Amino acid sequence: MAGVLASIACGMVGSFVVVKRMVFISGGISHSAFGGIGLGYLAGFNPVLGAIIFAILSALGIGVITERTRRQDTAIGILWAVGMASGVIFIGLSRGYAPDLFTYLFGNILTVPSSDIILMLVLDGIIITTILCFYKEFIAISFDEEYAKTTGIPVHLVNLILLCLIALTIVVLIRVVGIILVIALLTIPSATANQFVSDMRRLFWLSILLGVVFTISGLAISYTLNLPSGATIIILAGVIFAISSAVKSLISKRKSFDFAS
Amino acid sequence: MKGVRNEIVRLEDVWVYLEDTLVLEAIDLTIHQNDYIGLIGPNGGGKTTLLKVILGLIEPTRGTVTVFGGTPKEGRKRIGYIPQYAQFDREFPISVLDTVLMGRAGRRGLFRRYTEEDIASAEKALQTVELSRYRDKQIGRLSGGQIQRVFIARALVSNPDLLLLDEPTASVDKYIETEVYDLLDELQSKMAIVIVSHDIGVISVHVNKFACLNHRLFYCGEKKPNLEMIEDAYKCPIDFISHGKKHRVLRRGKK
Repeated sequence: MAGVLASIACGMVGSFVVVKRMVFISGGISHSAFGGIGLGYLAGFNPVLGAIIFAILSALGIGVITERTRRQDTAIGILWAVGMASGVIFIGLSRGYAPDLFTYLFGNILTVPSSDIILMLVLDGIIITTILCFYKEFIAISFDEEYAKTTGIPVHLVNLILLCLIALTIVVLIRVVGIILVIALLTIPSATANQFVSDMRRLFWLSILLGVVFTISGLAISYTLNLPSGATIIILAGVIFAISSAVKSLISKRKSFDFAS
Repeated sequence: MKGVRNEIVRLEDVWVYLEDTLVLEAIDLTIHQNDYIGLIGPNGGGKTTLLKVILGLIEPTRGTVTVFGGTPKEGRKRIGYIPQYAQFDREFPISVLDTVLMGRAGRRGLFRRYTEEDIASAEKALQTVELSRYRDKQIGRLSGGQIQRVFIARALVSNPDLLLLDEPTASVDKYIETEVYDLLDELQSKMAIVIVSHDIGVISVHVNKFACLNHRLFYCGEKKPNLEMIEDAYKCPIDFISHGKKHRVLRRGKK
């Protein structure tokens, strides 16, 4: 269940992350979310809530910084590390032992409580509605931000909305694969799908489908071989991506060979 | 008075600094309704910047820009912009028709989907550039010249009164270049066109006005600028190739 919900979010938002090349930005957001998790432990509220707040704040921060400077990757790198560090400090300050800290870092899809499932459901709802509302704007700014500006789209605003969606998606995914591996589940399904489709809508569907396949078969493998679930899912996804890239390049090579002869 | 009435863009004493470098200096330029302007000058001379100033993408450091009687941001809805070629990701999963539709993304407003009318005008624009049969193909699968025409269609789909082209033929073959210019010749009766190029030879056959830009506007007028003016703008020896009169003149200026 959690796997399917996560796949919907990462299939749709991940498609934009891949085509708009925001992988590094997404990495920054997810790691800064760790600060929120730490704060949740320290202040005694649900760490997922803390993760949402921190992820959204860092997404907005990145959006504003991007508008002002050209060196956005430096800023993202700083945010990435500072978010992580503040999480460590918060957890260090909170007395006692953080029982499922490891879960947030590396994910464990089997231990997702039902309250978090409801939260994921709500987040998925928000993500889908927002994408439907801003579909053409998201595509336009992904394709060419500057051109989008000339057609009168409020590019900066739309960008911030997209960044917030990425933040929400990351929160959904943290439960499944954990902060450190989020980036993989956000990018691999869409990157794999992008090799085979030529249309954004199909990219959504295929990414979601691949996400479901990766998580469920990864789970099955981790169960039978007794391996950590998050990592198994990612390794499986990575291997499939590598195979599909190889197949794809083989096909195009043969095509150009046919053409030449 | 006639000249004043059909004026569509006016730049007055425009100065642009980009990261402390002076890019445009004291530009005064007026574009009229039926102009077909060839904007020439060396690379790095500010040609693209000038277009972006008109589009409101770059705020001038000093001076005023009026586009269709308003600010560039208000006026740019009536401008069709064709950016420099090859600045996009060929893997991008988008069809030709959807690319053309993007030209109308802003005017439809947030929360709205494209209407039948949008799609109809996108199809019409594709017809104009003779690419109707590729409407469902992925954009990256087309050839360079075809992509260039898709971008022209994307600019045409909003029925602009002014078309700005930034080196539309910079990286395409000669025969495609001819194709693009033939298309522009047809469009020229319906809208004003400004075309950026560093090859005066080719554009001189088509345009009816010239502007020479190298940070400053060295010349703007209907007559083809002569060699001295161009050398003045370029401030360096150039190879000057004229295709205008079926014969070629190749001359190297002296330092």
